Parts: sequence; C-alpha cells; structure tokens
Amino acid sequence: MTLYGKRRITNYVVLTLSLAATAAGLLVLFLILGALLWYGIPALKIMTFTAMTPPPGNTPGGLLNPIFGSLVITAAATALGTPIGILTGTFLAEFGRGTWVAPAVRFVNDILLSAPSIVIGLFVYEMMVVPMGHFSAWAGVVALAIIVIPVVVRTTENVLVLVPSSLREAAIALGAPRWKVIVAVTYRAAIQGMLTGVMLAVARIAGETAPLLFTALNNQFWSSNLNGPMANLPVVIFQFALSPYANWQVLAWGGAALITFTILILNILARWVASRGSFQQ
Amino acid sequence: MSIEVTPMDTPLPPPQTIRTHLVAPAVPRDKPRATTAAATAEPKIAVKDLKFFYHDFMAVKGVSLDLHDKCVTAFIGPSGCGKSTLLRCLNRIYELYPDQRATGEVMIDGANILDPKMDLNLLRARVGMVFQKPTPFPMSIYDNIAFGVRLYERLPASELDARVEHSLRRAALWDEVKDKLKASGLSLSGGQQQRLCIARAIAVKPEVLLLDEPASALDPLSTQRIEELIAELKSDYCIVIVTHNMQQAARSSDYTAFMYLGELVEFDETEAMFTHPKMRQTEDYITGRFG
Repeated sequence: MTLYGKRRITNYVVLTLSLAATAAGLLVLFLILGALLWYGIPALKIMTFTAMTPPPGNTPGGLLNPIFGSLVITAAATALGTPIGILTGTFLAEFGRGTWVAPAVRFVNDILLSAPSIVIGLFVYEMMVVPMGHFSAWAGVVALAIIVIPVVVRTTENVLVLVPSSLREAAIALGAPRWKVIVAVTYRAAIQGMLTGVMLAVARIAGETAPLLFTALNNQFWSSNLNGPMANLPVVIFQFALSPYANWQVLAWGGAALITFTILILNILARWVASRGSFQQ
Repeated sequence: MSIEVTPMDTPLPPPQTIRTHLVAPAVPRDKPRATTAAATAEPKIAVKDLKFFYHDFMAVKGVSLDLHDKCVTAFIGPSGCGKSTLLRCLNRIYELYPDQRATGEVMIDGANILDPKMDLNLLRARVGMVFQKPTPFPMSIYDNIAFGVRLYERLPASELDARVEHSLRRAALWDEVKDKLKASGLSLSGGQQQRLCIARAIAVKPEVLLLDEPASALDPLSTQRIEELIAELKSDYCIVIVTHNMQQAARSSDYTAFMYLGELVEFDETEAMFTHPKMRQTEDYITGRFG
C-alpha cells in the first residue's frame, strides 16, 4: 500500500509539473496572439491593403508594397525550393537505400534544417549581393528557397517512406518502369503529406526576417523589379517597429498581425490536408 | 447473390480420414485434371539449382523444379521456408532490394530470366503477380486496371474500355463495380480489392500468374471466390500459388511443392502428394504435426 501510495504521489507531482509547463507555454502563445489582436487588428484598415508605406510623420499609409513583395518573394522561393526538395526527398526515399550517399545527404539536410536563418542570409549576401553590387529580391528568393529545401526534403522523404513497399512492388510487378511507379503510384499515395510539407515550408519562410535583411532589403516604394530591392513584410515590421514614428509603429503591428494569421491559417490548412488521409482510408 | 455452402465449411473429420478430406475439391471439376497432358509437354518454367540470398543468408538452397502451362502449382511449407522467396525469383521482383540476389537458372520458354541482360519490365509484363495484402493503387477502379495496359499498349478508348471490362469480368468483379468504375479502388472491400488486383494482373495479358498467399488476408467467402477464380483462370495461364493453407493447396492445385528450410523436400502431383507423401517431413506437415 505504501508503495502504491508513493506511486500515486509521484504521479500527482509529475502530472502537476507537466500541466504547469503546458500552461506556461500556452500562456506565452496566447499573450503573443492577444497582443497581436489588441494592437494589430485596429491597425488593419482598408487603406493598409491599398496604400504604399508612408514617410515618417503623420502621413497615413498602408502596406501594399510590402504585402505584394512578400507574396512575390515567398511564391518565387517556394517555386524554386519545392522541386529541388521533392526530388532530393525522392532520391532519399526511393533510390538512396543501401548507399552511403543517402545518409550523408540526410545528415547535411538536417544541419541545413536547423541552420540559423541569419547565416543563410549572410551566405547569400556574399554569394549574390556582393558580386551584383546591390540588394535584390532575387537574392531574397534564393535565401528563402534555401530554407524551403530542407523542410520539403524532410517531409517528402518521410511521407514517401510511409507508402507501403507492397504498393511499389505491385506496380513494378505489372512491368512499370521505376520512374512511372514513383510518379503515378507513390506520389499519388503520398500527395497529401507532400502538400503539407510544402505548406509548412511556406509558413516557415513567410515570417523570416534575417535572410531578407541581407538580401531583398526594403523599398519605400512600389517595385515589381526582382533585380532591385523589394519591400517585404518582415523587414518593414523590423524597421517600422524600431522607429520612433507612431504611424510606422501602428503599421508594424498591422503587418505582424497579418503575417501571424497567414501562418496560422497555412498551418491549419496543412493539418486539414494531412488529416484527409493519404493512401489508406 | 447466393453462395453455396461448400465442404470447406464442414467440421473436420477424424484424423484417419483427413487426407481424403484434404483432396476433396471445393470447386467442382467437371474437366479431368490437366496434369497427365501437361506432364508430357515442355515445362513453361524450368527452375534449375536456384539459390537465393538475403545478403549472406541463403534462403533458397538449390531448388530445381518444372512448372507447367495451364496448371496450378502450389508452394507450401512453414513460415520462412523460402516459398515466397522462390516465387519472387520468377519475376525478379527482389531486384528492388539491393541486398538480395539469386543464382542458378530460371528458364521461361527456354530463356534464362536470371540473365542480367533480361529486360525486367518486359519480363514482369509477361509474369504477373498478386500479393498477400490487396494493393489497389490510389486511383479509380478503371485506372487501376488501365494503368498496366497503358504501359505497353496504345489502345483507343473503346478498346481500353473493353479490356477493362473483360479483365473485371474474368476476375468476377464486373457486376459489383460496373456502376462505379470512377470510384477509388480503395473504396472496395478486401476481397473485392484482391479481385481487382487479379483483374489488373490479367489485363496486361501475362503468360504466368504468381499468387503470393492471395487469400490469406481474406475472409472465407472471399477466399472461396478467389479459389474459384484460380480454377477458372487455369485454362489460360501457368499459375503458381504460395499458400499457408494446405486445404487450399489441395483444393486448387495440380502440383504441389513442399519446401522446408529453403529446400524443396517434395514435389509431385497434388493428389499423390496429399494421399501418399514420399517423405516423412511432408507427411508430418500436411497432417498438421508440425509447421
């Protein structure tokens, strides 16, 4: 009985500690979300989506150019990074088994996955911005694509490995060549998981600031030229939030709310897509 | 839909009559067995001194046997005896895994398929395979069948439709799915999925059909339908079936090979094997004393 009593006490202690830890984590999360709702939502007006970033002072303005820039840069980075990520993930899951290359690639990929984004920004700065002589949205695209790749590689490999090998064998047994099996059967069985991976990657880069500081920088004005600096939400938030001007600070809150809720929606969407089940019903 | 109750469902007879029970066919055979005719003909597949390795482990230890066209040959034996491995050599599906290799000869119509120069995709189009667990592709019922056909033939839509229908009819699935060909293959029941896989295999017009425990994941009724199907398909193909179920081997095969620990212990006409096994091990196994 004493042994049982001890166990019960241990159970209560551990349970209390883990509940407290959970509550602490959730509290911080809800404080952040609450602050964003409190300060950010009032900052979002129609004008936020229609006007350019204003000069400091009392001039009203919006976030049209950084919203556009963020959309373009994120879309281009996803378009650049996703195919590389999917092909690498396919190699790891389908062809790499039993080779020494695959574990090496997987290891490097894991390092890249956890590499600080500021390092990636600096790297692209050295490789692209310095030789070109000026900041450019393309450099930002490349920096963000480098962040997309490891995320997509990881998820692609993981979901492809989950596809039962009996399905591959069944397709091979019909006389299908390897590429056909992968494209027509394996991808189809894993498509939800792969889409989820891409969405998570988009969510990840949507808020990245450090790599863009060194690459795309910022632009006060409307620009659709990817060869020059381009406005984008993270850098605008960074700049405006640190400024002493009230109108800039309000816009920074608006931008922060915008990014956070976009990421939230992307994450929910990714979960929803994933929950629709991949290959077995 | 009504399905007759077959001897399969009757309780087991006392041990002394078990052999006669085992050979009692569940599927009525109105035609005489093809075995005598086939025995004189050239074998469809001749396996000679086949050895198979999983890395260093020898799973099949020098097996030789002949498989005849328009006959059903069953591989039986306890788990791990190498019967599935032997089957997987016949279409070289093991090539998917870098650690696995086979030596010896497997002659199909006189050509050694273990020859490294053999085109594996063409080989597999000739030697169809159905697996233990149903493996419908994540696509529509129609596309499941059309997938294999489209690999090697460019058929106009009407001919492809006809081929799909024909394959589904032969697999005794047409009546159940004709109104939902666009539905996902995954929406079918386990037994239907397995018949879909058989339909898919015969749609590419193979010469040999390899069945790896095709009914072991199915309920008795679905099992019975699969066995009826095997009896019905026998007239056109060389069928090789791996089974854990001795009654199934007895009911549906013409020849039986008993394997144990990677060796072929006994290979004979099914009737002879189940009534007068030559080897003690075979007798022990088929009477259920071990395995």
